[in-house]
Amino acid sequence: MMVAVASIPPFETFYAEHAAEVLALLRRRVGRERADDAFQETFLRALRAYDRLHHGAHLRAWVLTIATRVAIDTHRRAGEPTDELPDLAHSDGRPAYEELAFLTDTLPSKERAAVVLRYGYDLDYEQIAAALDSSAEAARQATSSGVRRLRRRIT
Amino acid sequence: MTVPTDLDRRFREAAARSQLLDAAYDVIDSELGPLLAAVTDRGLARISFDPEPEQELESLALLAGRRVLRSPRALDETRSELDDYFGGRRTAFDLALDMRGLPEFTLRVLSELAKVPYGQTATYGELAERAGNPRASRAVGTVMNRNRIPIVLPCHRVVGSSGDLVGYGGGLERKERLLRLEGAML
Repeated sequence: MMVAVASIPPFETFYAEHAAEVLALLRRRVGRERADDAFQETFLRALRAYDRLHHGAHLRAWVLTIATRVAIDTHRRAGEPTDELPDLAHSDGRPAYEELAFLTDTLPSKERAAVVLRYGYDLDYEQIAAALDSSAEAARQATSSGVRRLRRRIT
Repeated sequence: MTVPTDLDRRFREAAARSQLLDAAYDVIDSELGPLLAAVTDRGLARISFDPEPEQELESLALLAGRRVLRSPRALDETRSELDDYFGGRRTAFDLALDMRGLPEFTLRVLSELAKVPYGQTATYGELAERAGNPRASRAVGTVMNRNRIPIVLPCHRVVGSSGDLVGYGGGLERKERLLRLEGAML
């Protein structure tokens, strides 16, 4: 079977395509004042992880997840509550994670992001690790511990 | 909504400082029109006369890696040497060059090319001879045509055996203007 692999664009193209949406998300999540620093942090994390990507599919979901993680870190540093949903906006139709939302809403944020990226977007652990700013092994563990938690709740 | 210019600029500068970029580029205004110039950690990798960014970005990504970003600050040194050159204040460049991936004959030809002085010309045949293969003038023409770093590697100084300009990747008009700028006899 032929598998179409989405190629990974030069970083400039990726940045130009997603910068405005990332900034809008961050302004909603951390406020205008803190959004600038969070914006820079988001794209530096993406840049750091960019050569670990294996394909260019779901780059939008990937960078919005990074932005969400940065927003959570920003709140955490300020000692504010962090239990918000991943905020993957909906301009390209019904996002895949919605199908998992009823299950994943109650997971801790890191496990939720890992489960959604793994099973909602079919990203591999390297890419999830890049989004979560952690190792592939840690991403695998967050995913499987999220799945275990879901199983306990369902059964 | 668009990203404010100042925030965009600050990210591009931080990215260049982070040492995470495989290549940084900018579009530089010059006497010959806009030039796309790109640097890597090894040095200047590309000067292009007709910047079609999309295609240039793809070929930079192939050469150096995918982390290619426009970052004007990273091109400061290149821009200033080019400005001086076009202003007639500089006759040789002090920029490190990224020559990765080039075959040995090409490297020999380009290193001979780099020795052709400002304001002078050499023929394709002479360059072939200096590169150790006197019969390869046609191949030298191909190397000139594919020169990734024109102006700095002065392929405009290479002319036909009867003194005619023959050809130039950036168009004959640009070749003539560069030679006139340098005061070469035409």
